[in-house]
Amino acid sequence: MNDDFDETSGPELTADEEALLKELPTLTDVGQARRTFLGQTVACGLGAFALMLLEQEKALAALAASPDALFATAPALENPVRVVLKVNGATKTLEVDSRMVLLDALRERLELTGTKKGCDQGQCGACTVLVDGRRVLSCLTLAATVEGKDVTTVEGLAKGDELHPVQVAFIKYDGFQCGYCTPGQICSAVGMLEEARRGEVSHVTEDLSAPLKQLSDDEIRERMSGNICRCGAYPKIVAAIQEAHSGRETARSWSFVGEEELARVRKEWDDEAV
Amino acid sequence: MRPFKYVRASDPNAATRAVAANPNAKFLAGGTNILDLMKENVERPNELVDLTRLGLNEIKAAGGGVSIGALAKNTDTANHPLIRKSYPLLTQAIVAGASGQLRNMATNGGNLLQRTRCQYFYDTAMPCNKREPGSGCGALEGLNRIHAVFGWSDKCVATYPGDMANALYALEAVVRVKGANGRERTIPVGEFHRLPGDTPEKDNNLAHGELITAIELPKSNFARNSYYLKVRDRASYAFALVAVAAALELDGGTIKQARVVLGGVAHKPWRSAEAEAALSGKPASEESFRRAAEAALKDAKPLAHNAYKIELGKRAVVRALMRASGLA
Amino acid sequence: MPRYIGKEMSRVDGVAKVTGRAKYAAEFQVPNIAYGFIVLGTVAKGTIKTLDTREAERAPGVIRVFTHLNAPKLGPKAATEDSPPRATEERDKSFRALQSDRIFFNGQPVALVVAETYEQARYAARLVKVSYNAEKHATDTETVRGSARLPSQGPPPKPRGNPEEAMKSAPVKVEAEYRIPIEHHNAMEPHAAIAVWQGDKLKVFDKTQEVYGVRTHLASAFGVPEENVSVVSPYVGGAFGSSLRPNYYPALTAMAAREIKRPVKVVYTRTQMFTGHGYRPYTIQKVALGADKTGKLISMIHEAVHNTSSFEEFSDNTTGFTRQVYACPNLYAPTKIADTDLNTPTWMRAPGAVSGMFALECAMDELAYALKIDPLELRLINYAETDPESGRPFSSKALRECYRLGAEKFGWKERKMEPRSMRDGRLLVGWGTATGIWGAFQMPATARITFKADGTAHVVSATSDIGPGTYTVVTMIAAEYLGLTPDRVQFELGNTKFPRAPAQGGSWTTASVGSAVHGAALAVGARLLALANREESSPLKGANAADVEMLDGRLRLKADPSKSVSISDVMRRNNLAEVVETFEAKPSPERRKYATMAHGAQFVEVKIDPDLGTVRVARAIEVTACGKIINPKASHSQEIGGVVWGIGMALQEATEIDHRYGRIMNPNLQHYHVPVNADVHEVETLFVEEDDSVVNPLGVKGMGELGMVGIPAAIANAVFHATGRRVRELPITPDKLL
Repeated sequence: MNDDFDETSGPELTADEEALLKELPTLTDVGQARRTFLGQTVACGLGAFALMLLEQEKALAALAASPDALFATAPALENPVRVVLKVNGATKTLEVDSRMVLLDALRERLELTGTKKGCDQGQCGACTVLVDGRRVLSCLTLAATVEGKDVTTVEGLAKGDELHPVQVAFIKYDGFQCGYCTPGQICSAVGMLEEARRGEVSHVTEDLSAPLKQLSDDEIRERMSGNICRCGAYPKIVAAIQEAHSGRETARSWSFVGEEELARVRKEWDDEAV
Repeated sequence: MRPFKYVRASDPNAATRAVAANPNAKFLAGGTNILDLMKENVERPNELVDLTRLGLNEIKAAGGGVSIGALAKNTDTANHPLIRKSYPLLTQAIVAGASGQLRNMATNGGNLLQRTRCQYFYDTAMPCNKREPGSGCGALEGLNRIHAVFGWSDKCVATYPGDMANALYALEAVVRVKGANGRERTIPVGEFHRLPGDTPEKDNNLAHGELITAIELPKSNFARNSYYLKVRDRASYAFALVAVAAALELDGGTIKQARVVLGGVAHKPWRSAEAEAALSGKPASEESFRRAAEAALKDAKPLAHNAYKIELGKRAVVRALMRASGLA
Repeated sequence: MPRYIGKEMSRVDGVAKVTGRAKYAAEFQVPNIAYGFIVLGTVAKGTIKTLDTREAERAPGVIRVFTHLNAPKLGPKAATEDSPPRATEERDKSFRALQSDRIFFNGQPVALVVAETYEQARYAARLVKVSYNAEKHATDTETVRGSARLPSQGPPPKPRGNPEEAMKSAPVKVEAEYRIPIEHHNAMEPHAAIAVWQGDKLKVFDKTQEVYGVRTHLASAFGVPEENVSVVSPYVGGAFGSSLRPNYYPALTAMAAREIKRPVKVVYTRTQMFTGHGYRPYTIQKVALGADKTGKLISMIHEAVHNTSSFEEFSDNTTGFTRQVYACPNLYAPTKIADTDLNTPTWMRAPGAVSGMFALECAMDELAYALKIDPLELRLINYAETDPESGRPFSSKALRECYRLGAEKFGWKERKMEPRSMRDGRLLVGWGTATGIWGAFQMPATARITFKADGTAHVVSATSDIGPGTYTVVTMIAAEYLGLTPDRVQFELGNTKFPRAPAQGGSWTTASVGSAVHGAALAVGARLLALANREESSPLKGANAADVEMLDGRLRLKADPSKSVSISDVMRRNNLAEVVETFEAKPSPERRKYATMAHGAQFVEVKIDPDLGTVRVARAIEVTACGKIINPKASHSQEIGGVVWGIGMALQEATEIDHRYGRIMNPNLQHYHVPVNADVHEVETLFVEEDDSVVNPLGVKGMGELGMVGIPAAIANAVFHATGRRVRELPITPDKLL
């Protein structure tokens, strides 16, 4: 299992991306290896995206409450539970309503909105995070129960500016469209690859007694079936995870029909018509 | 979700005492079903006793068989070398259920206790005798494509939705429980869940405050010839329309002993003594399996929208036995 | 040679999405926010008899409980206030929450509880007690089918030729009825809004496909000028039509925020999504096809009936494309609607087209078997060289190429006609095909480019990116025509502070917004040319705007690139830090002379377990003729999405209603099945590009809908081929194949 790209075996670029790379002097100048190309090109975009969102929020953060705003008379929490946990390496202390699930603690209290609420019922996988390294659903995990545990969310996968290999592969293969299920897919994939490394079996594993080696695409499909993607990016999600897992590239499954081919079929039916 | 007191149990005895003392208290283990139902206001405990720090998660050889801790995760159970080697049927059943994430959270005890997925049970605006005794059964004359064909009553036609218990029943596992008084008892898996009868609100025969501590698997002669088949509306992450846990002990080409348990067809895992009798001493052949399948579904009683489960059940039994015997 | 257009590009918003930094509506951090939780009604029709909110109001953390008794009126009298509900006002018949005691559908909002925390609001919502005077309801389209009528809007469908007579005379005929259940979009992101008032100015973060539509809706609801309302929606977690029109929750959220004078956030639960917006209607279709013995269609009669609500007409024009897909002299294809006591349906991916083509393309398959002609051959025999409806030529149509190339790629000639004749071990193999069709639409759209002297550009337009890759494709177009590398272009969307763009729907975004950006880029070039030519020494003297292009910081003559000026020099000499151009692109009048359509041919292979009835779509090939492809990487993703949606529609999806209660019984993802990863296998796309200078300056046609249109029929046809069983009622679940 190749969990970590080395400098030479990074994701292969398509011809178009190679061409694009050549045209990006800022990147070639600093001599970056190709592996970080994808992350970096879009990181330029990210700067702008993050900036414009930050701008929105900065303006909001300064908003003072209206003097006649209504508040509940007794807003204190019922059944408060104090929880100390680690989130993406940082220790957090929270006092939560016993009813609060980890998902809402992340999104509403810790400003970690990367973890998504899709169904809130354990039926979609969008809220997947890693707790002590294992993928779980944060919507069905009471915040109170993660006392002392180590939670990793999608925000905690990259090392600084360096994206996790699964993140890079998702971009490379276009393993998402709207992006909403994506953090859950990625956390799930990271946890799943670890499960595979431990030799855990799945519903499609034929031989339960044999040690599990490489995951087939069918294994990945089954193991990722707890993460629904309504945009339907599944084949590309599988390709991305396969490469992060084995280094194996999935061939592109689209093509333009060339002029020659078009001319040939057009001639064929003209001939038939005669 | 109703406000509730959250209590972290320090040991099993304290946990059972805490729950026994409060009729509205419940245990919390993996949380994968109870929290969903609490959000839907179907479950309304005012106290949750968190078991997740109690241990009770050991999987070990015991008495010729294997004892699995009630709080061991489904994933760890399915993948434990003892289970994969000697009880592959259980591994198959576990990994046929839910998703990787849910199996990482769900415990074995909790899996046994998961409640029906009947739509009327989930919707508090609808009648449901299981949720609200006396309110009626919405599914009896409503949408019942996914409901029971065995053992239902006019009070309830819901099914038990789990996979793991079907395999446990086929393996004749025993559930070890501990009461608030510290007394332990064992319940065979086949007697753990109940038929709805006039009290569909009772899913199983646990008393309030009784805690599942372990599931004990007897020595099995089925490791070579077993198969868990699950038929569902999509390829994964869906509940069974029909499931079959099939296990055979073969002597050459002859069936010494057979176990056939159907899932998704009744309020509990549905073991077919008829099918097992029809197989015993017979050659392992498609013909025998067909006769067993006919016997297994002979007494099924369909509702308006689930008659297909009878034909599907027969075919699933045949297929599962074919796979178990190595003929397919 | 284009530098970017037509080449693969990874999404510019990719890093934001894979790192969780992309912000969706509910995720903006707003201080002092309160949480609203919606209470849904439990009867299908009638009036609210009693409302008891006392216990809810007393619950800890609760700030206010809103019901129709204390909620302010939201704008002009809504249709849903009248009893009987049919509105006299033409303006807005859409449902607005908490405006009267009338109940129009089960799952209608009857209260909104606002509390300090989400947990408190959710719990208190359960404490609101409501009783009803229930009235007899009708939610089953089958039972109201007899009352179906033509929609009041739009011209009545005119028969072409004499379809009835021609049908009688046809030597070969097929006739059958097809049914599609209600389906829900089930985008992954639940609909959500955050509303913040500052005086009479309102800012709303919303999940929407059209920020301007929400702005108009809210301005009308609160009687404030449109410019007082700002709507922000930078990321949308899928929508598929469910956010095309404003749903009831943004106004409800803003109302609560105004009343309690605090920001309020309301997020639908998954269950609330099933009645909180529209859905693909329940559709019954009767199709009769008559042909001569060579397979030529003589007559087509395709009648659709689908449901709408009791208070609002909606039609997805189910049979619209039937008129344009095959050459046939006699045709009648009306779509009728029937009232039900359900919420109003709406557009859902490939609206109308995928429903209508499911029926028509299955019927074509049935006709092929009646004629003993290969199903693909039958489609070629009836190929429409010109638009059968208007007689106009197509602006471009490479559908025949799609059929041929797709068949080749798929290996179609190996197909044995006889059902149940192909196997893979014990699995039955079936091959099916169908035609895809969609309009090449363009809507008016405006974009603004700020081209800066430092060689970067800021591009804005109030469009949306619900997933197709609009951020990326617009960045590519801007980069191409501004002669910049994409990293020097920053594109923003989803905000009413940007120029107006149409809703993201109908697969028209790239044609519309892309054309506006293209126009604005050319305008920047033209302005720079004018500036350059103020100088005597300009080497571009005498050149027109059309003669020049921008590339790598220079403005140059296309015909002689050696003649060029440095753009930054020109700007510096004119003391300009930036050049700003706004451009509105409108459909060209030239389009009216043509029929403008996108086409595709779709081939699928299914493998079916003959004992268990489980169907696997083992491979699918999408062959697509939709003009120019800008970003094949994202376009392929769109086609894959179309296949996945087709799989869902064909095999899994159905919203189930218990008609005794008129209530949706599977409003969740455990019982409303959508495809999971294990359901999807090989999907391949072939792009047959068309040169089309008529549709729009970029020559693009939409593809988000197109890729889905033929798939359900192709799957159903493949299921027939595999099993010999013709399932005319979707979804084809295992029980239907036993």
